[in-house]
Amino acid sequence: MSSIYDKYEAVIGLEIHAQLQTKSKAFAADSTEFGVTPNTNVSPITLGHPGTLPRLNEKVVEYAVRLGSAVKANITYENQFARKNYFYADLPKGYQITQDKTPICTGGYITIFPHTDNEKKINITRIHIEEDAGKSMHDQDPFNTLIDLNRAGVPLVEIVSEPEIRSSEEAYAYIAEIRKLVRYIGICDGNMEEGSLRVDANISVMPKGSKTFGTRAEVKNMNSLRNVQRAIDFEIKRQIELIESGGTVEQETRSFDAVKGITFSLRSKEMAHDYRYFPEPDLQPVFVEQDYIAKVKNSLPPLPNELYTKFTQELGLSDYDASIIIEDKDIALFFNELIELTNNFKAAANWINGAVKSFLNENALHITDFPLQPKHIAQIITLIEENKISNSLANQKLFPTLIENPEKTAEELAQENNWLQESDDDALLQYVEEAIAKYPEKVEEYKNGKKGLIGLFMGEVMKLSKGKADPKLANKLVREKLEQ
Amino acid sequence: MSVDIKTVERIAELAKLQFNNEAKEKIQADMNKMLDFVGKLNELDTEGVEPLIYMLDEPQRLRKDEVNGQVTQQEALKNAPDKDSDYIKVPKVIKQ
Repeated sequence: MSSIYDKYEAVIGLEIHAQLQTKSKAFAADSTEFGVTPNTNVSPITLGHPGTLPRLNEKVVEYAVRLGSAVKANITYENQFARKNYFYADLPKGYQITQDKTPICTGGYITIFPHTDNEKKINITRIHIEEDAGKSMHDQDPFNTLIDLNRAGVPLVEIVSEPEIRSSEEAYAYIAEIRKLVRYIGICDGNMEEGSLRVDANISVMPKGSKTFGTRAEVKNMNSLRNVQRAIDFEIKRQIELIESGGTVEQETRSFDAVKGITFSLRSKEMAHDYRYFPEPDLQPVFVEQDYIAKVKNSLPPLPNELYTKFTQELGLSDYDASIIIEDKDIALFFNELIELTNNFKAAANWINGAVKSFLNENALHITDFPLQPKHIAQIITLIEENKISNSLANQKLFPTLIENPEKTAEELAQENNWLQESDDDALLQYVEEAIAKYPEKVEEYKNGKKGLIGLFMGEVMKLSKGKADPKLANKLVREKLEQ
Repeated sequence: MSVDIKTVERIAELAKLQFNNEAKEKIQADMNKMLDFVGKLNELDTEGVEPLIYMLDEPQRLRKDEVNGQVTQQEALKNAPDKDSDYIKVPKVIKQ
């Protein structure tokens, strides 16, 4: 069944603002710390006092170059700054310092749904440096808007995509990839709820197969990945229904209401802005040299896609295992260290994606707070490989005990607690004989074809040995005895 | 190039300012005088001349990422026409 919605295709471009994790602001030395007393992280520069001069933070350039390198963008040699003029109470100077004609990065791309049939490159138009505005609070006082300037001047990069995104799912994937990337390269915490990563979406619709884009609306205020997806879906539907009922889409800014799940018009057309950009005369240009770019590039940690390729192609992990390991940067780096200490890559992946992650989830911990180090996990893997401990004993006893005693080695603990497996044939043989002697009639049934009964004897052997019997060897011995 | 009343009104709107008609005409006259004054520059042939943006030839010296030079909250709020103990107060800027 085809509906009116199937006749149209959506065209989406995203602008993402990422707050850079610097100690001090972009053009002033006040602290960028989040959540402090209002109007305390301020200086005469931030407050826009006359006679003050901005000066760019070197980390801001470094972080922008890191991001540009990670998305394979061109880095601009001569960077100029510009004033974007508008009057608003949370913008003390009456202009925002930004980059207009010389964004620090141009080009580059993000790959969405990597390593799947839906893999697609979304090209990046530009990435530029700018400063954040202060915060306006409209709902705390019935008669006034309250202004907190702590955020004013915090460094941002704005990442502008080409209008190549075609659905809310693609938009979601694009933002998720960017968020993962900025976290990997350590330039932004990626927290959408707290506003350190903010997304504006330019959305239009056109008849399928058309080459001409429709008029776009810009949607703001979507403070989670889920809300971006909801807002885009609503906006696409709204525009199609508007066109189908004979109306036209207005070029306007809309806001997303997460409670009602709708977008609504924020500014009318006659109030359209004119930012009157002009070069910022207080800031000399910044030149980014090739050797500087090379240095920054070399300092980048391994990127998620590089790790994916390494894990699948060099280590032979499955797409599934590799994909979930790279999802979180710190888990990926933990794993990357672990595989330097063991050659059993599959076991390493199983430990990380199994016992380690469930421990972290149960205790609401991040891997950076995990008491064990990669070497501990490697020790456990080695003990299992050498048949010194059974997999289940390692999981149920050794792993939790090691977490309590991370100053010891896995082998020390296993020894102290008498968990080391008995692969000594004589001791084991005795348990096997005992187990078989206990159920003479079951032995008959086994011999008559009920092979499943082997489990019963194995259970008995494990019980007698208090779980320390090497299951492989025990299984072999039980079989041999029964078939005699 | 000359400035008409519409341009004056547009610039006033962007600056969030309001003027009566008499003031608008005076501003229009002043702005036209200013434009005429710098219009003199149009007499020069600037074909092939790069626009001059910076007075100095020096590149910008970047600042280390270190915190200092902050003022106290009390100092920050001192010049605000309206405030409470923590915030600068301004008229409501969005409709609820």
